[in-house]
Amino acid sequence: MLRFLVRRSLGAMVILLIISAVTFFLFYAVPRDPAMLACGKNCTPDALAVIRKNMGIDEPVPMQYWHFMVGIFAGRDFAAGACPAPCFGYSFANQDPVWNTILDRFPTTVSLTLGGAVVFLTIGLGAGMIAAWKRGTLADKLFSTGSLVLSSLQIYFVGPLVLALLVFNLGLLDQPTYVPLSEDPAGWFMGLLIPWMVIQIIFTANYTRLSRSSMIEQLSEDHVRTARAKGMSGKFVFFRYAWRGSLIPIVTIFGVDLGSLLGGAMITEWTFSLPGLGRLAVESVQNTDLPMVMGVMLFSATFIILLNVIVDAAYAFIDPRVRLA
Amino acid sequence: MTSPSQAAIAGAETPDPDGVGLTSEPSGGQEPAKDQLVGRSPGQLMWMRFKRDRTGVVSAFVVLTMFAIAALAPVISWLYGKDPWTRYGQIEPGLLNDNGYPVKPNGGIDGEYWFGLEPGLGRDVLTQLVYGMRTSLSLAVIITILSVLLAIVIGVAGGYMGGKTDYFLGRLTDLMMSFPNQLFFVAFVPVVGALVVSPQDEMPTWLRASVLIFVMWLLGWMTLARLLRGQVLTLREREFVEAAKVAGTPPWRIIRKELLPNVVTPILVQSTYMLPNFVTAVAGLSFLGVGMPASTPDWGRMFATGAEVYQSNITYMFFPGVAMVVFIVAFNLLGDSVRDAFDPKSGR
Repeated sequence: MLRFLVRRSLGAMVILLIISAVTFFLFYAVPRDPAMLACGKNCTPDALAVIRKNMGIDEPVPMQYWHFMVGIFAGRDFAAGACPAPCFGYSFANQDPVWNTILDRFPTTVSLTLGGAVVFLTIGLGAGMIAAWKRGTLADKLFSTGSLVLSSLQIYFVGPLVLALLVFNLGLLDQPTYVPLSEDPAGWFMGLLIPWMVIQIIFTANYTRLSRSSMIEQLSEDHVRTARAKGMSGKFVFFRYAWRGSLIPIVTIFGVDLGSLLGGAMITEWTFSLPGLGRLAVESVQNTDLPMVMGVMLFSATFIILLNVIVDAAYAFIDPRVRLA
Repeated sequence: MTSPSQAAIAGAETPDPDGVGLTSEPSGGQEPAKDQLVGRSPGQLMWMRFKRDRTGVVSAFVVLTMFAIAALAPVISWLYGKDPWTRYGQIEPGLLNDNGYPVKPNGGIDGEYWFGLEPGLGRDVLTQLVYGMRTSLSLAVIITILSVLLAIVIGVAGGYMGGKTDYFLGRLTDLMMSFPNQLFFVAFVPVVGALVVSPQDEMPTWLRASVLIFVMWLLGWMTLARLLRGQVLTLREREFVEAAKVAGTPPWRIIRKELLPNVVTPILVQSTYMLPNFVTAVAGLSFLGVGMPASTPDWGRMFATGAEVYQSNITYMFFPGVAMVVFIVAFNLLGDSVRDAFDPKSGR
């Protein structure tokens, strides 16, 4: 187990290193003048000079990359002052340290992700299990059709509709906002309720379909049949035997989804104006704030890869047959 | 995916290398025979099964209609007498009020402007939508075709050659899969564009489109490539491929005549899932403001406009939204039907 984790983590680091290099070189090496790109549409010569100096543009690009990577692990000194250990540089747009901004925005994304995950896992797995349990009945057909239509909805369509209906016409809820959980739990919950309800639409259908087919497959397995033959009750077999086995494909997909969500749910955050990582990414791209984009990119990639490693390790706990070699 | 019986039929269909050919017809699966056994190609079998699937036929009809509407956008706008660029609401007084919203209820729908007017610029919504669908669908089709081609090359090369090639292509696929792809799209469209055009200038439409296609293509091929690699890996060990090898068939011919016909099913099925995903991804980019430039009518940007004006004019959003939902539902149903038709064993 330990050897597996070490090996996978090393592999993950190599992938992260490659991603950081590719991103960095694309951003800083290929455009003829990255300072110009960073400066944007209304660029003054003064602003250009400041950006050039801040970026260390006189150095060759591999050196810039080296300094960037060293900065992440050991901190880095800038003309403006020292930048402590996880140093991703400073934003072009407002000169804030990138790392602090990311940390500042991350709780919103985590709240959105976890709340959304609770909603789509509950509805998705529940509907999938009922559909598998009542296979071929009206309930099954209803859930299957429902999940198909649901998965065809888009957040940028449903989001404004829900807002228009619940917030502006019926006045049941307030405009979604993010309030830190530690400050005001009730406000946190009410503020994120609509985003949670909306973000689940792209995931729930997937989980319904997946858990249905996975349950059906598991119910025809030998050990499930043996358990039934021993005279165990249907419910017990369904939940303790089949359900556990059916979790494997779900855990895989859940890991992937969670990783990409933690990296920022761009469209949801944009639709509801939530100050999360995804919105930060879009804003920085629109301002061509390269250090910020670079930072968010690496941060998100780290989560995607980390979750992949965790998923692989989790197999062993769910299914003892999986040997980690 | 490909069931052994189908593969066997497909294998029997391929002309054998020395050109003599066996005279016996393939039995044509389980289809009933009248007087003698009639040979049917897997394609014919698929078509017969597909025709019997009512959901599939209806959804295929819907999808084709949408494509036809998109392709015929200029004809439609000519018949209807408007174009998507003219700002009718600003030219003709009395259509928009002082805040830029249509005067008439429901987004300004009337006999003249069937789907109403765009708030602010006052353009016609119907022509916006058909031209917008044209933009998005053509982008998505191009991206799908390119991704499928690249996936075939990488998947088949990895699976067939094995060894080091397979290892490196496999790692490349893994690497590309761990890129945060939505973020990558958003971040790289401006950067890649800046390679060609100075950031001070507005990017021309064709360039913007090519950049979008390029970036999406780069991160769109991996799932199918993996699938194909797995398929080819098992097919490679099959008797008919070995027979072809023993007969001295060059690798290129084996790939073309023995392997590719056997992976048509996963390719077609996967592409029917890929295309709607690309449509929504392109629309998502436009929604976030990094898609097509504002001068081009675009499906996705209609959502961005809709999200700005939804408080006072929700009607505007309904047309692109409902069209999108219908398109995606129909396409997903079509995908399932195509899969069932090709591979009746897989079940839903």
